[in-house]
Amino acid sequence: MSQKSALKKTRGLGSAKDGTAHFIKQRVTAVALLPLVGWFLYTVMSLVGADYETARGFIAQPFNAVMFLLLILAAFTHLRLGVQVVIEDYIDGEGTKLALLMLNNFFAIAIGAACAFAVLKTSLGA
Amino acid sequence: MAEAKPRTTTSERPMSPHLQIYRWPITMLTSITHRATGMANAAGTLLLAAWLVSLTAGPEAYAMVMDLMASILGRIVLLGFTWSMSFHLLNGIRHLFWDAGHGFELTTANATGKLVLFLSVLVTIAIWVLAYSVRGGGA
Repeated sequence: MSQKSALKKTRGLGSAKDGTAHFIKQRVTAVALLPLVGWFLYTVMSLVGADYETARGFIAQPFNAVMFLLLILAAFTHLRLGVQVVIEDYIDGEGTKLALLMLNNFFAIAIGAACAFAVLKTSLGA
Repeated sequence: MAEAKPRTTTSERPMSPHLQIYRWPITMLTSITHRATGMANAAGTLLLAAWLVSLTAGPEAYAMVMDLMASILGRIVLLGFTWSMSFHLLNGIRHLFWDAGHGFELTTANATGKLVLFLSVLVTIAIWVLAYSVRGGGA
């Protein structure tokens, strides 16, 4: 028998032991992405067919660099959580499921890191 | 023994769901499309990564990525990505309203589903028309 009181068990934690954190993060990043994707659309429109220096110069501006970093953080968090649910819903075998869940995490973190590093390197010069 | 023969009446009964009149409810269609576009958008981040990384890698890498994206295949992929993003974002707003407890009535859910499908196409067309006009119609 657990020593925890019923209230302690209930508060913030369900059977998965992380409560509603996944659900809430998915929604918070969704809300954050609404203006961020709108800004990204403006960016794309500004840089359609732009040459190398123009595109670099755009990202080098501090405001644009920060917006890109926020977009990357929100987008890759959101897609990691979303793809995780799809894998959990449709993949039956435990081994396959575990492998795909790991792959999903690696993909989101690796590609997200590559994007963020590229923005930083471009905006900080060198 | 004759009693054990399969009754022909069984096969004359209508199937459920009745395949000739069966159609996907609009809410089911948008729900599945939301998942599919979400997966497509996740894959589409590779395009963003390719573009951002090419900007740090040098003018040759940037030119290569731009050429790839401007090719016919590249434009088809980008067009699909534009629609996928548009649909997922618009339908995402619908989901956020549901999370807040609004819009669950069947007539409302059906209407917003159709609206989202229509707007996603409209937004996609608008973005591409704008992109071509910004660029001046060149190749």
